[in-house]
Amino acid sequence: MVNTSEFLAKLSELGYNFYAGVPCSIFKTLISQLESGDNYTPVTREDEGLGLCTGAQLAGKKPVMVMQNSGLGNSINVLSSLLLLYKIPTLMLISWRGETKEDAPEHWVMGESMTKLLDSIGVPYFIFETLEDMEKANAKLTETNQPVAVIFKKGSLE
Amino acid sequence: MKTQEAVAKIVSLLKGDEVIISANGFISRELHDTGDNERNFYMIGSMGMGASIGAGIALNSQKKVVVLDGDGNVLMNLGALATIGNKKPENFLHIVIDNGVYESTGSQKTVSATIELENVAKSAGYTTCVKVSNLEELESAIVSEYTGSVFIRVIVEAGKREVGRVQAIPEEIANRLRTYLP
Repeated sequence: MVNTSEFLAKLSELGYNFYAGVPCSIFKTLISQLESGDNYTPVTREDEGLGLCTGAQLAGKKPVMVMQNSGLGNSINVLSSLLLLYKIPTLMLISWRGETKEDAPEHWVMGESMTKLLDSIGVPYFIFETLEDMEKANAKLTETNQPVAVIFKKGSLE
Repeated sequence: MKTQEAVAKIVSLLKGDEVIISANGFISRELHDTGDNERNFYMIGSMGMGASIGAGIALNSQKKVVVLDGDGNVLMNLGALATIGNKKPENFLHIVIDNGVYESTGSQKTVSATIELENVAKSAGYTTCVKVSNLEELESAIVSEYTGSVFIRVIVEAGKREVGRVQAIPEEIANRLRTYLP
């Protein structure tokens, strides 16, 4: 389990400076800390947030989209016809609801399919364990000039 | 007023240093037809995202941002109005060319006739919101209301003309705009 303040400090050190998000309980502390800063924009849907991140990236920011994996479903078209097509490097922090069947049933299908969906459309991903994973994700983002996802299991941030 | 006339009038009224994001379909084609340049971002897919892309730029740049949106586009991403009204960028001109139909797919009707989009934008928190129906009204709206988060709904006739597709490569559209933005 990684401390959220240290996590955000690491992202800041890597140059990330624009955040959009839709909440998830797994990101409760993260969103709360982002809300108390001045570079977080709450959005109504995940695809809208990725559109906003696209504009921010074009204007010179390094954007981060925070979302629950249910919102990956909302995001597929914008990823495929905007961020992947125009090559807009954006860091996606995605919570992993439905990792097991112990979670609520509405998360089972996406919990099972999430990594396959990312593979299918060509978004590389990392499963978060330590801050080193953020360095790896950032290196991949820089290397590919494309969106990269980092997946967070329940309890991976405190 | 036709879409072609509205787009040409809008472009002629701008100062020439604005970033312009255009919605997919005929609006991008018409913008392209007025003269291609590095400040134009033609959104060829991701329907509905024009306003979000434009707001992302406006919140992070001193440049004025103009979004040339369509009624079908804005209806597909109404939540963006809430986000923009909440953030109220100071340099954001959101123009919706409203022809009441999805022109590119065969002119099926949108529901724009039964929703006052300018009132939705006003309620969401945009600073100024107007509806215009002819070139004179359009001209006075753009000249007089060109600061804050401004929403202009432009009622135009349905009906397209032959105008070429945008041929630019998406990656290059993004790269040249990055170079233009400081």
